[in-house]
Amino acid sequence: MLILDNIPALLVAIPLLASAVVSLLPSARIAWGFAFFTTLICLYMAVELVGIISSTQALSYAFGGWEPPWGIVFVLDSANVYLVLLVAFVSVIATLYAYTMLAREIAVEDLPKAYAVWLLAIASLFGLAMTGDAFNLFVFLEISALSSITLIALGAGQDRRALLAAYNYLIIGAIGATFYVIGVGYLYAATGSLNLIDITDRLNELGTNQAAITGLAFMLAGIMVKAGVFPVHIWLPAAYSFAPSAVSSLLAAVATKVAIYYFARLLFGIFIDITQLVDFFLLYILMPVSVLAIFYGTIAAIYQSDFKRLFALSSIAQIGYITFAFSLNSHSGISAGFIHIINHALIKGALFMAVGIFALGIGSRATMSSMQGVGRQMPITFAGFVLAGLALIGVPLTAGFISKLYLFKAIFETGNGFYVALIALSSVLSVLYLWKIFEVMWLKEPVQPLKSDKEPASAYLPVWLMVGVIMIFGVYSGEVISSGIGAANALIGAR
Amino acid sequence: MRDNPVFKIVSKILFGPIIIYGLYVQFHGDYGPGGGFQAGVIVAAAFILYSMIYGLEEGRKLMPDWIIRSVMALGVLVFGGTGIASILLGANYLDYSPFAYKIYKAQHLGIIIVELGVGLTVFAVMLGLFNAFAGFKPHK
Repeated sequence: MLILDNIPALLVAIPLLASAVVSLLPSARIAWGFAFFTTLICLYMAVELVGIISSTQALSYAFGGWEPPWGIVFVLDSANVYLVLLVAFVSVIATLYAYTMLAREIAVEDLPKAYAVWLLAIASLFGLAMTGDAFNLFVFLEISALSSITLIALGAGQDRRALLAAYNYLIIGAIGATFYVIGVGYLYAATGSLNLIDITDRLNELGTNQAAITGLAFMLAGIMVKAGVFPVHIWLPAAYSFAPSAVSSLLAAVATKVAIYYFARLLFGIFIDITQLVDFFLLYILMPVSVLAIFYGTIAAIYQSDFKRLFALSSIAQIGYITFAFSLNSHSGISAGFIHIINHALIKGALFMAVGIFALGIGSRATMSSMQGVGRQMPITFAGFVLAGLALIGVPLTAGFISKLYLFKAIFETGNGFYVALIALSSVLSVLYLWKIFEVMWLKEPVQPLKSDKEPASAYLPVWLMVGVIMIFGVYSGEVISSGIGAANALIGAR
Repeated sequence: MRDNPVFKIVSKILFGPIIIYGLYVQFHGDYGPGGGFQAGVIVAAAFILYSMIYGLEEGRKLMPDWIIRSVMALGVLVFGGTGIASILLGANYLDYSPFAYKIYKAQHLGIIIVELGVGLTVFAVMLGLFNAFAGFKPHK
């Protein structure tokens, strides 16, 4: 019972404490084992948490016994509990993948420290997903940024440009975090509270308040940087493409997703009833920006020849789909956004993992010219890669189809056929870059033998675990759909 | 600078008092201004002064890197472990109430332990940062 009552705190505390221990371990293997065991415990706790929330609807955990609104609380409801489960699941798979991949990409003596930072990043993602305190969120934002930057910089052993990517993320991320904390300052000045639920109540009493709206604007701008929303995404492509592949798969899958979740919570959970400006923002700013993101990301991906950068650009387009769904400002739009958060995390995680294995096989960066025929040489990984790619397009029987289906459903509710055409066109465009990859990797003859004679099973197993979940969610999609609807219910009430 | 006897003697004289002052800030932080963060920086300043006068190698002999790394982790474990102890005693994470019979004593004790954790980590991180930058060698 001790564990069950304290899961929200332990989900952050256990990886945090484990990271301190792991940093001191002498051997890379023991460090990995410890880290993997920690992520398994977190997955177990996240599963328990989903059970608790499905029976009690909401849970508030007061740190140090200081009741809200004075103390820091972690709040769990159906909007974020599946996000916590997603982070836990992806971190288990990514840690499993890291066993083979991280060891080959960074120096052995750095591995225990790398796993320590890795656990720290996971702890901060849990914290971001759960905290109900505006300032505490900033703290987790900083922990997540600093640990991600360290992890990205570890890619320098492979390619020195990782250092520049990490530095850019440091500067741009710091500006984003500053914007966010300025916004919190304004909001605190207006309401005198940092607890998000308390802030909502007080704003309802205050009515339209200039300081609060200014605060909202700053907070949204800061969070959009962290979420990689176009046009403040510029740190993202380099960061994901030069990080070690295990890091890319973890960060691309979940790091931006928790920021997007908080973006939605700010807009729909707190400010939607306070000010008309949210409607204005959604319709006249977020929607055009999302459409631009979708087309910019997709078209830039078509012209990109470096695989990791290509998928990072495609991430910007996919984040565009999520924010586009939010910008429809409807119950089904928010559901569609949350469904795509889960599906895209799984799909992009699997794709980055597979690209990492290809790059390892040929011993250099995965590009259109170096990848000729590699699909034939590594058929098991390639099959998983193709399935994940089909899911990215939104082919039926994959999870991506469910995302697109619900996105279309949300669009049809608005009655605007123009948007349907836009989304359909962007899906067709994404076929182009995936076909290009397929053509190069499968239809061309292999030009060189692989560096390692076989694809490592410990590396493609995690890919297939992800792909398996993608396929399962494509057929038995009930849980994912109800999680999306539950999130929308928690944010704007049942419709 | 290193051969100047004034620096050597003054830094030797100051070394102890700086640490004692750091400890004062650490353990008096609950009554006066101060706390773990400030204390950690002050204690680290004593070691940094030593390294600056006697050289980085001597400083590393005085406080080897493996100790710095362990203290870094130890501080986090002290802080986080306090929270775990609260849970084991049946309260919420970092709730100090069950640590002693009277609630204000319990809170007092809890904050001292937690601040000790902060102090240890800040001390080690400050010194670690100094050593890392002072010992930085550019690649060819």
